[in-house]
Amino acid sequence: MLLAVFVYLPLAQNLAFSTQEWDIYSGTSEFVGLENYEKLLGDAVFWSALANNGLYALLSIAFQVAGALVLAAMIESLRSMRWRKALRAIYFVPSAISLTVAGLLFYFIYEPNLGMLNHLLEAVGLGALTQPWLGQESTAMVGIIAMSQWQGFGYSTLLFAVAIQRIPSELYEAAAIDGIGPVRRFLHVTVPLVREMTGLMVIVTISGAFQVFNEVMVMTSGGPNNSTQVLATWLYRSGFVRNDFGYAAAIATVIFVVTLIVALGQLWYTKRRRVDF
Amino acid sequence: MTRTGFFSAISRVFMWSFLLALVVVVAYPLLWMVLNGFKTNTELFGNPFALPLQLNWENYVTAWNRGVSDYLTASVLVTVTSTIATVFISAWAAYGLTRVRMPFGRTVSGLILGGLMLAPAVALVPLVRMFQAMGLYNTFWALLILYTAFRIPFTTFLIRAYMIDLPREVDEAAEVDGASRWTTFWRITLPMCKPIIISTVILHVLFAWNEYLFAMVFTSGTGVQTLPVGLTSLLSKHGTDYPVVFAGMVVAALPVIVLFFASQRYFIKGLSEGIGK
Repeated sequence: MLLAVFVYLPLAQNLAFSTQEWDIYSGTSEFVGLENYEKLLGDAVFWSALANNGLYALLSIAFQVAGALVLAAMIESLRSMRWRKALRAIYFVPSAISLTVAGLLFYFIYEPNLGMLNHLLEAVGLGALTQPWLGQESTAMVGIIAMSQWQGFGYSTLLFAVAIQRIPSELYEAAAIDGIGPVRRFLHVTVPLVREMTGLMVIVTISGAFQVFNEVMVMTSGGPNNSTQVLATWLYRSGFVRNDFGYAAAIATVIFVVTLIVALGQLWYTKRRRVDF
Repeated sequence: MTRTGFFSAISRVFMWSFLLALVVVVAYPLLWMVLNGFKTNTELFGNPFALPLQLNWENYVTAWNRGVSDYLTASVLVTVTSTIATVFISAWAAYGLTRVRMPFGRTVSGLILGGLMLAPAVALVPLVRMFQAMGLYNTFWALLILYTAFRIPFTTFLIRAYMIDLPREVDEAAEVDGASRWTTFWRITLPMCKPIIISTVILHVLFAWNEYLFAMVFTSGTGVQTLPVGLTSLLSKHGTDYPVVFAGMVVAALPVIVLFFASQRYFIKGLSEGIGK
């Protein structure tokens, strides 16, 4: 048993862990100091990628945290148990299918010729709005983020629903007897009592937003004109397409630092706030 | 009807229309995907909204022959083996962490759980070099090892949280009766953990089935490529034969949707435990 814990486990773990220490140095066989980082600071694509990750985080917090919380409260306020279950499950389906399938699906939805979106706009008389959604810089990033919200909101809604179910129903009954309406019940009972989950969701969402790769890769590969590059795709492109491993490792360090800060925030948060009933 | 009753009736109508509209937003793209998998190319470009004239299973046959059979085999193989490896090692590790007193116990659990915070993209560059050096690049083993190593922290974390709450007396009784560590683990602790084991199996299957970053970077040829990566190459290799791609997407999406509906209860439990602690 001791052997198992001390030998097998670190062995498997080391595959993951040993890498995090040496990522800065392993990229280059020759020591170049901070050169890669200097290059990073002067790289316009890096900054726009960082901004795209930031936009991703903001919009995801709006929809997948705030929006999902409201949605979960709506679902849980329904009287019919069967409908609650059904809605939660249906909303979750996009999260069960992979980001790749969802990304490809939206690639086709945005596609100018056969895409559902342009045809839908024409059908409701908004033909003037049709455009190559992923083919132009102004709409591509938002298009990708929109897909990601479609794919992910059911997941956070489900988690919020579980958190809301843990709130003792007496609290709601007491509030209802006092004549407090549903909106105020939501603001004064639900929101404070799921704040632990809300905090975690914010943290997980930010952390996820800075690791985004899949959806961008599938839908635009970072184009047009690098306008949809995010840190992870720019890392991939730098390292594996342009063979600049050192530079890719420098980008990886940035992702590491961001996710580390977020993770420390999570530790601090869970230690501080525990909701007890 | 009182005034408040009237208002609440109106708000109920609004809420229901919103919830049902969202169901359409979720379900329609998925339905569109399934229908398009049955269309001919002319039908698809002619009117993307129309129903297919007949159920065209040929697209599935074509997709199957163009590599989907290989991608599917690779996906199933990697998913099954990495699930077994991950859940088994994690359960064993969780057992060690919760039941065996050992020096540096806290450090070890810190190391394991710290892995939760490591973003895969951060380790990408060193991992590629390491796997190239070991000759495992572009092999089935690369994905098996990566999926296992990167999911052990999360899986161990879930099982550990469950094991902590199990009564120790049963284990101790078994040991008094002369059962070895291994027998106690295999015969007593593991069966008691069945619910959380099922949850972790499902979560891991979803992860391995849908994973894209590692699959894309570490594999290149048909035979080792999994479905998510295979689908994107299906799109890029065969130009505008889109219905075939849609058929491939359905093949990739269907198993996980079925799995989700079949195991919702365990699944939701796993998710909420995983994020809530």
